[in-house]
Amino acid sequence: MICWELFCSFFQIGLFSIGGGYAAMPLIQHQVVDLHPWLTMTQFADIMTIAEMTPGPVAINSATFVGIRVAGLPGAVIATLGCVAPSCVIVMTLAALYHKYRGLTLVQGILAGLRPAVIAMIASAGLSLLILALYGQRTLPADLTGIDPAAAVIFAVGLFVLRRWKVSPIRVILGSGLAGLLLYTLL
Amino acid sequence: MIVPLMRRKFVEELGWIEEGEMLDMIAIAQSSPGAIAVNASILVGYHVAGAPGALLTVLGTVLPPLIIISAVSLVYRQFRDDPLVDLVMAGMLAGVAAVICDVVIRMTKQLLGQKRALPGAVLLAAFAAVRFLRVNIVLVLLACGLIGAADTLCRSRKGAGM
Repeated sequence: MICWELFCSFFQIGLFSIGGGYAAMPLIQHQVVDLHPWLTMTQFADIMTIAEMTPGPVAINSATFVGIRVAGLPGAVIATLGCVAPSCVIVMTLAALYHKYRGLTLVQGILAGLRPAVIAMIASAGLSLLILALYGQRTLPADLTGIDPAAAVIFAVGLFVLRRWKVSPIRVILGSGLAGLLLYTLL
Repeated sequence: MIVPLMRRKFVEELGWIEEGEMLDMIAIAQSSPGAIAVNASILVGYHVAGAPGALLTVLGTVLPPLIIISAVSLVYRQFRDDPLVDLVMAGMLAGVAAVICDVVIRMTKQLLGQKRALPGAVLLAAFAAVRFLRVNIVLVLLACGLIGAADTLCRSRKGAGM
């Protein structure tokens, strides 16, 4: 029963995440934090951090992580299967239709239309993570007090370094971890 | 991220696909649902050895993350409650937030670089729908796909009329 739910959830994540890596993030949050009680927001933030640091697609990484927590190793395998099943069917069909598919302007138009929606969703999920990082809770306090100064500094410096010098995200995240250790111990 | 890796392995080392074919495959992999690496592996596997080839390449793509994350989740369970680990994770979360913010800025710039009003308007509307109105993500995606299709049809009709 739980395995079937895992399969269905990750099937939907696989089916509706178009545009790679970050596009899957809001869908994963929706399925495993909002719809099902599988991860807390902090655990979701942890898996996004781990997925950034390890090789492999974010969706597959989170399928394994969530699956193993909910139903052990079989859960991990089933969630991963659910995640790749839509790709297998759709992409293999497209591979068979390869030459016909190439010129389809309507498909390109649909994809162009999805682009702003994907950005909006990544922005929304990113904002949730930022609020969690700055305030240690899911919702923004009404008076915006209680901000974590160390996290705010790390975020600002990280964003500046990324924008200014286009450093690899992994380095920024590693640096942020180190900065967290130092700042929180000192403050 | 996987484009240079694919080129070196399949085009240069193994000679399974040609440069032009690879670019087409990347385009299809990026525009299909699911992880791009998985989609690309299906296309290469199918190209070389049909459906069984595709299933095997998917297995090959999925196994490393499956093994790595299984190991990580063991470590995670052991060490997540450690106070020092907690500090590192708190710092890293702020870093991840910065990375995502950077991605959003870059993608938005690219989108607005087209100098059309529609994508910007859809972006704002989609953000409001997801963030404040809590509309289901899938519905928003479907609606935006329809808008994109309608927009393409309108523009191609206009182009034909001229």
